[in-house]
Amino acid sequence: MPKGTVVIDAERCKGCGLCIAACPQHVLAFSGMLNKSGYNAAHMENPDACVGCGFCALTCPDIAIEVYREKTPVKEA
Amino acid sequence: MSIDTASMSKVFERPASLTDARFTYCPGCQHGIITRIIGDALDEFDIAERTVGIAPVGCSVFAYLWYKCDALQVAHGRASAVATGVKRARPDLFVFSYQGDGDFASIGTAESIHAANRGENITVIFVNNQIYGMTGGEMAPTTLVGQHTTTTPDGRDPALFGYPIRFSEMIAQLEAPVYVTRQALFDTKRIMDATTAIKKAFRNQVEGKGYSLVEVLSTCPTNWRMSPTKANEHVKNVVTDVFPLGDLVDRG
Amino acid sequence: MGERLLLRGNEVIAEAAIRAGCECYFAYPITPQAELLEHMARNMPRLGRTFVQAESEVAAISMVYGAAATGVRTLTSSSSPGISLKQEGISYLAGSHLPAVIVNVVRGGPGLGNIAPSQCDYFQSTKGGGHGDYHIIVLGPSTVPEAGDLTMLAFDLADQYRIPVMILADGLLGQMMEPVELPAPIDLGLLPKKDWATTGAKGREPNIVLSFDLGPENLKRMNQALQEKYAEITANEIRCEETETQDADIIITAYGTVARIVKSVIAMARAEGIKLGLFRPITLWPYPYDALRRLSERVDTVLTVEMSAGQMWEDVRLAVGERAETPFYGEMGGVVPTPRGILNEVKKHVH
Repeated sequence: MPKGTVVIDAERCKGCGLCIAACPQHVLAFSGMLNKSGYNAAHMENPDACVGCGFCALTCPDIAIEVYREKTPVKEA
Repeated sequence: MSIDTASMSKVFERPASLTDARFTYCPGCQHGIITRIIGDALDEFDIAERTVGIAPVGCSVFAYLWYKCDALQVAHGRASAVATGVKRARPDLFVFSYQGDGDFASIGTAESIHAANRGENITVIFVNNQIYGMTGGEMAPTTLVGQHTTTTPDGRDPALFGYPIRFSEMIAQLEAPVYVTRQALFDTKRIMDATTAIKKAFRNQVEGKGYSLVEVLSTCPTNWRMSPTKANEHVKNVVTDVFPLGDLVDRG
Repeated sequence: MGERLLLRGNEVIAEAAIRAGCECYFAYPITPQAELLEHMARNMPRLGRTFVQAESEVAAISMVYGAAATGVRTLTSSSSPGISLKQEGISYLAGSHLPAVIVNVVRGGPGLGNIAPSQCDYFQSTKGGGHGDYHIIVLGPSTVPEAGDLTMLAFDLADQYRIPVMILADGLLGQMMEPVELPAPIDLGLLPKKDWATTGAKGREPNIVLSFDLGPENLKRMNQALQEKYAEITANEIRCEETETQDADIIITAYGTVARIVKSVIAMARAEGIKLGLFRPITLWPYPYDALRRLSERVDTVLTVEMSAGQMWEDVRLAVGERAETPFYGEMGGVVPTPRGILNEVKKHVH
């Protein structure tokens, strides 16, 4: 299981590409699917590479991305 | 293969102080990033319920739609004076204004300078993208020399129209302001710095310290005729040479 | 309460505003209303209220907009050139349904003009010096005590109808001193709450104060709401005064300082056998067209006297039509008509 994942609201996405450029893991790409507004929304092209860093969400000007991270188990003392 | 987010921690979501409204900004316009940061700051200080936002004229005229706060939409350039009126009448309210480079640094020059000079306990967000977006791409006071706009079709000629104005440096000369800074959004680090700066500016007002100004270098992909990513590179490589980043005043 | 003082018009307006519960005053210096500004500068901080000398009249009206949005009673004052600067802000206040009181101590114009009294801002005040389909209530005091009374009334009307109200005074009224019994301060606690104000959205949906909608049908509705308000004000708030009109053959229509002078002229005229009366509008908007129309049916001549080139004269002609002669006598440039000068004019129209 990858360390992180994102959920992109395709209808909020305006296909600006900033998240794609921001992702250090090359997870994201344009989906080629036009949303209802006619934008080419971004999607996870390489979901396995996601580490949940959140860079994509930080730069998304439409707050279209939610970020999840694997729960880190607490080490027993 | 689908990933089960139910077994994961959500580490990033929309700030609670923002409404669900979809931003009316162009694709890649960074007004949305600044808006999200403001929402984040309102959440952090838990002040949305006593906040009054002042929306300007320009692309961000609809700013009153983005926050779960009382708000005023005001005349072009006058936000600093209106904010003064709100804060003087009700010092217990948290008052922030959000203005572009025409609103703050052109038509609003007098109001912007004098609210700062009086040291009004307000927080001013000044979005500098060196162009007028809403009206179709005219020169701003902050437009770079040689920059093509609809009113400088051959590039800004300083012999005709002067030089880009470094307004934060002018405000920084005044005695009263407690925090004056210029930030950018062209990469994750700069977004994090801008977040720190805006939160500091909010904290200053919450703690009653005085006037804070955060100038944010932003992009206008549409009127710069660049893609959003190229626009970011332009800020990083060209704009920051004219408008240096960093804190100009920090007396907080 | 009950104390009788010799006070200047500008000071009475300021003190009446304070007693009406004005919380915030924002203004820029301009002659001939400096005493109003100075009275507020001395007294507002002492009372724990807000006084700001703004950087311009534009800034001052914008500060009024902000304070008004929070629901407090707020005032600005200026004189003609400064009132011109405020027109944008007044349009915004009107369009946003914000209550505020604006004092214009009118001086000679146009342009820089001079600092002598005039009535040349009537069009600007009543026909809307700012852009758009809007009105403000305009009150024209004639004496120093009335200036105080109308200032108190202005704050009440502003709050009741959520509208800017202007006190249209002039440089003579602002400077002259008369004995005045100042009204008692009102109890602000008795005023109705303003649930539309931007006071922080705790426990409710956000209040948004604006005058903007990109959709024509929406803006049409917003305009209709304003027009309905103006119709209600027109139906309920017209004020005017008639002096010795019952048997008059000729009446003068005048307001403010000129009306005061005309009251002397009535005595002089009647001593010479001329049955002269005065019709004095107190609300210049809404204008007392109906009362003037009814009066004009009983007289031969309705003479308009103003310190201008003839601005209210147009409304007089609108009201009177063909029912009577409607001559005009005016003085411009800050020249104040004399009782003798007005009487000579009256005599030209006595048949």
